[in-house]
Amino acid sequence: MAFDWSSIPGSLPILWQGMIVTLQITLVGALVGILLGTLLALLRLSPSRLLSWLSAAYVTVFRSIPLVMVLFWFHLILIPLVVGLLFPGKRLELGFITALTAFSLFEASYYAEIIRAGILSVTKGQFNAGLALGMNRRQVMRLVILPQALRRMIPLLLTQAIILFQDSTLVYVINLDDFFRKAYNVGNTVGTLNEMILFAGAVYLVICTLASGCVRQLHRKLTVPAREIA
Amino acid sequence: MWLLDSTNHQSLITNHISLAAFDFSVFLRPSPESALNNLSYLLVGLGWSLLLALGSWVVAFVVGSVVGVMRTLPGRILPSIGACYVELFRNVPLLVQLFVWFFVVPDITPILGDWFKQQVPPIWQEFIAGTACLGLFTAARIAEQVRSGIGSLGTGQLGAGLALGLRRRQVYLLVLLPVAYRILIPTLTSEFLNLIKNTAVASTIGYLELAQRSASMAETTARVYEAFTAATLLYAALNLLVMFLARALERFTALPGFLGGDK
Amino acid sequence: MISIRNVSKWFGEFQALKKCSAEVHKGEVVVICGPSGSGKSTLIKCVNGLESFQEGEIWVDGISVADRKTDLPKLRSRVGMVFQHFELFPHLSILDNITLAQCRVLGRSKKQAVEKAVQLLELVGLAEQKPKFPAQLSGGQQQRVAIARALAMDPIAMLFDEPTSALDPEMINEVLDVMVELAQSGMTMLVVTHEMGFAKRVANRIIFMDRGEVVEDRPKQTFFENPETNRARQFLSKILTH
Repeated sequence: MAFDWSSIPGSLPILWQGMIVTLQITLVGALVGILLGTLLALLRLSPSRLLSWLSAAYVTVFRSIPLVMVLFWFHLILIPLVVGLLFPGKRLELGFITALTAFSLFEASYYAEIIRAGILSVTKGQFNAGLALGMNRRQVMRLVILPQALRRMIPLLLTQAIILFQDSTLVYVINLDDFFRKAYNVGNTVGTLNEMILFAGAVYLVICTLASGCVRQLHRKLTVPAREIA
Repeated sequence: MWLLDSTNHQSLITNHISLAAFDFSVFLRPSPESALNNLSYLLVGLGWSLLLALGSWVVAFVVGSVVGVMRTLPGRILPSIGACYVELFRNVPLLVQLFVWFFVVPDITPILGDWFKQQVPPIWQEFIAGTACLGLFTAARIAEQVRSGIGSLGTGQLGAGLALGLRRRQVYLLVLLPVAYRILIPTLTSEFLNLIKNTAVASTIGYLELAQRSASMAETTARVYEAFTAATLLYAALNLLVMFLARALERFTALPGFLGGDK
Repeated sequence: MISIRNVSKWFGEFQALKKCSAEVHKGEVVVICGPSGSGKSTLIKCVNGLESFQEGEIWVDGISVADRKTDLPKLRSRVGMVFQHFELFPHLSILDNITLAQCRVLGRSKKQAVEKAVQLLELVGLAEQKPKFPAQLSGGQQQRVAIARALAMDPIAMLFDEPTSALDPEMINEVLDVMVELAQSGMTMLVVTHEMGFAKRVANRIIFMDRGEVVEDRPKQTFFENPETNRARQFLSKILTH
């Protein structure tokens, strides 16, 4: 059971290229996801029944199918369709665009739920207090509710980003070269597949463990400690 | 491993749109992949997805309950082992874990590994690797839920059980877990639904579940829309079925006056 | 029967019990009272080992609670405990709540256990509630079932941890009545409570605790008429003004 780790140092530049792709997908997916998710959450909470229903439908659809299928849908249908309409006749490398779009829209549905729960966790009493002071709905949301909601949400939003970082490996199914795919390719070519898989796993383990540790610390700092009961 | 080259499909799809017609009869035509028609081909895929999900669920529930309970026990060793388990299986991507089970483990396991690679038919190799991977991965999540479920009961119930002279093991089995599991039915349901979705990841090692088959059908029939719509609807239908069964289970196990039962 | 000698307990840095000592003889009813945070609940939980303690000794019927070799579950089966929040098992019917430990711990047959359970339910006035579940009963009823559950084990002593503190006022008496009857039947009882009326009726001695210490330990009469310490005096004046 001898392991041959020798191929790792030489392949680091290639792996790093893959890591850049992974990080790009994670960052774009998280940022766009949070923005879109916030919009979806606010729509869901709006007094308009139509808007609320549309938002709920969006979230339900994306949450009931596997991410793999979402990637298929985007890769084989939606992206070529849109690109074909916008840039007729051109042939582009669509893998990366697919990944960014698919993950952004997919993550938005999960972020929407986190944000909605966060907003709802700020009690109605706070909302009424804002209204009683003469603020309109938008002001109450912006000045009273959202700041409080954000405090509670931030650890969850970050945790979701860590999940996204892990889910980005699924671009494997659309043949996009992220960190893991690069590791796999190197392993396949050189013949050290086991070592590369384990190495990649270790890298993810270290990064995610550190990241979730930081999120836990942040959560402790953000949580206002309860008054000590005598 | 199959290849999806979207540049090829671009022209196919633009042709589709100009036809502006969906050809649902494609489902009745025979599939080049098997002796069945296309729809049956997909339905069998759904069956394989469900099989993997159920197998993994058994592993996940048992291991998850054990680890979850371990984390609520007094002392340092057992809770730490539980915590390490959870951290390990939650911080490595599912796909990577799957590849470890499918490629690395058979390679490095003496005797048994060789037997696995040579004697076990591929579909079952994939199934076993998938079950081990999804089972242990989901177990980590279930462990956290079981831990918080037991925690939500407070120390009072444990104290009451111990005060009667019951041993800790008895209190867990007779008092804490029966109530905790009832409380956890909604969360566990959602976990099972996640598990069903995660079975699609097994397509990467060649397991012919629904997602893989829909892509395959899309390629062979060039009817991408129809194939994916069907697969999406099948997942959605399975979703609804599971939620319906879960609600029935909730009603069946409800306690009068408590947890939603009648008063 | 119950002997507490110089027991001290720390929760981390905080000392919850400071060299507490007390004796409860067979057939005695001893009431522990004091302001919240005084350690009364912690002390009573040490008696049956639900809480551990770092210093001192506790002996129950000649058995040392803190001794590693002691079979704690066995000891606990001989000492009944009633909790502030009743702690009936919600997934079991009233009857099953009372028979569970009888069968699993004492090894009684289901038939014996049920007979005993019915007998005790009649004693506490709840015979018709047999098939019901805890959530269908009022607080006072639940607590009476909890007392029956503890009595079903034929204990040599009963520990009560603020049994009426979580009850609505109109239900307190139905539980106290059961406890008074129990006391009058000769049960050895150690009761943590604020109910001074109960204490005046059936207690033999009162123990007053404050900030982790046993401040006073006097016969009922002398405690109420003439408390030694200022702290006890203050406490009594606050309690008894209702």
